[in-house]
Amino acid sequence: MNDKNKIITGLVIFFLVVLFPFWFNLIFGTPGASTAPEAELTEKAKEAENCVEETQYMRAEHMQLLDQWRDTVVRDGKRLYMAEDGGKYDPSLSNTCMDCHSNKVEFCDRCHNYASVAPYCWDCHTYPEETE
Amino acid sequence: MNAAYLYSLVTVVVLGLIAYAGVEAAGLDVLFGVIIPYLAFIIFLVGFANKIIDWSKSAVPFKIPTTMGQQKSLAWIKQNKIDSPYTTGQVVIRMLLEILLFRSLFKNTRTGFGAGRRISYKWVIWLWLFALLFHYSFLVVVIRHLRFFTEPVPFFVSFLERIDGMLQILLPNIFLSGFALLAGALLLLVRRVFLPKLAYISRPADYFPLFLIIGIAVTGLMMRYLSKVDVIRIKELTMGLATLQPSIPEGGISGLFYVHLFFVSILVAYIPFSKIMHMGGIFLSPTRNLANNSRAKRHENPWNYPVKTHTYEEYEEDFRDKMKEAGIPVEKE
Repeated sequence: MNDKNKIITGLVIFFLVVLFPFWFNLIFGTPGASTAPEAELTEKAKEAENCVEETQYMRAEHMQLLDQWRDTVVRDGKRLYMAEDGGKYDPSLSNTCMDCHSNKVEFCDRCHNYASVAPYCWDCHTYPEETE
Repeated sequence: MNAAYLYSLVTVVVLGLIAYAGVEAAGLDVLFGVIIPYLAFIIFLVGFANKIIDWSKSAVPFKIPTTMGQQKSLAWIKQNKIDSPYTTGQVVIRMLLEILLFRSLFKNTRTGFGAGRRISYKWVIWLWLFALLFHYSFLVVVIRHLRFFTEPVPFFVSFLERIDGMLQILLPNIFLSGFALLAGALLLLVRRVFLPKLAYISRPADYFPLFLIIGIAVTGLMMRYLSKVDVIRIKELTMGLATLQPSIPEGGISGLFYVHLFFVSILVAYIPFSKIMHMGGIFLSPTRNLANNSRAKRHENPWNYPVKTHTYEEYEEDFRDKMKEAGIPVEKE
């Protein structure tokens, strides 16, 4: 049948689509993308050693904690967070988190950008001037 | 009939356990994280091409479009251009509607007895709805996964994530497509299990891919919303795969991720040998992709052997003299 050319063309197009990640990274990719960027800690954060909870817990669950904080503050008006180890904190992104992690670009954005996560924190919150 | 889906379910569960134990207990990270995914992808590419080329060689002896409307006829009879296409353009429109909107599922009817024991045909669109939900959410999920395989992440992936997560429920933000995919797959499964006529014609080859996809969806949702795997490490692994510099990131990744990856690998490798090949086959279905124009255009049957003919002109050439002698009229003097 003379449809063979059409079928092969279709197959080639399909393969181009399926192989998208390979040629995209080859042409447009940033080199060394298989090593993740490290979140940078400020001096103050390094001194504190621990965040409000254990580092491992914060790494995995920080978004849920922030979500909880927002609801307890905005909906319930409770401005006190009791950590697992008994520490008391003001559940506030701008005042508590950003007090130590004042470097949004190096701390928040690096991993978020790498994982293509676009948190909507900043729809409402303002952040300290982003410095280059 | 229960055996058909029980076997498939058990197979999928066992496969999941193999991957989990293989990584968590035996430390086979490289096997399940690098070798099997690459192998599966190669099997997919080669198998897919092989199947399509094989199909492209098969003969189409007759023009057999299934039509559901008036074919092109006299000028004052209105042709149904989509359901009985005459030109290639009309065929393309018909194919696009079929592939993008599943039009033939939309026209599904169920035969039964209506009032007074008279036969009736009821319009049933559930399969069409479930199929649309399932296929499109699956497409969105697949495109969204490009965020793990590209750096920088292309705009259309981020854009899709924005739309998919527009409800801004919970954190991590709920992506609707993941749940829609699970719901769609479950509905397609429930349909096969509970409708007696469908259960009767369903084989393990029908259930296995469904259970596999349900397994993929469940492990995927678990990783995002419940057990919280380390996404950054996972992206290091997947970027290694996509840039052909595979490595297992330091610190290791939860076994749940490897179960997910193993399920996907098996599904991908299984595609060329399974009913999922309908993704390529739909383009090659002669009942859809041929124009209904056999009265105007001769469809050459490739099976026809060259027939030896002897036309009247040749006959006359051979016997002209004798014919003249006998007084038989000839066309050429």
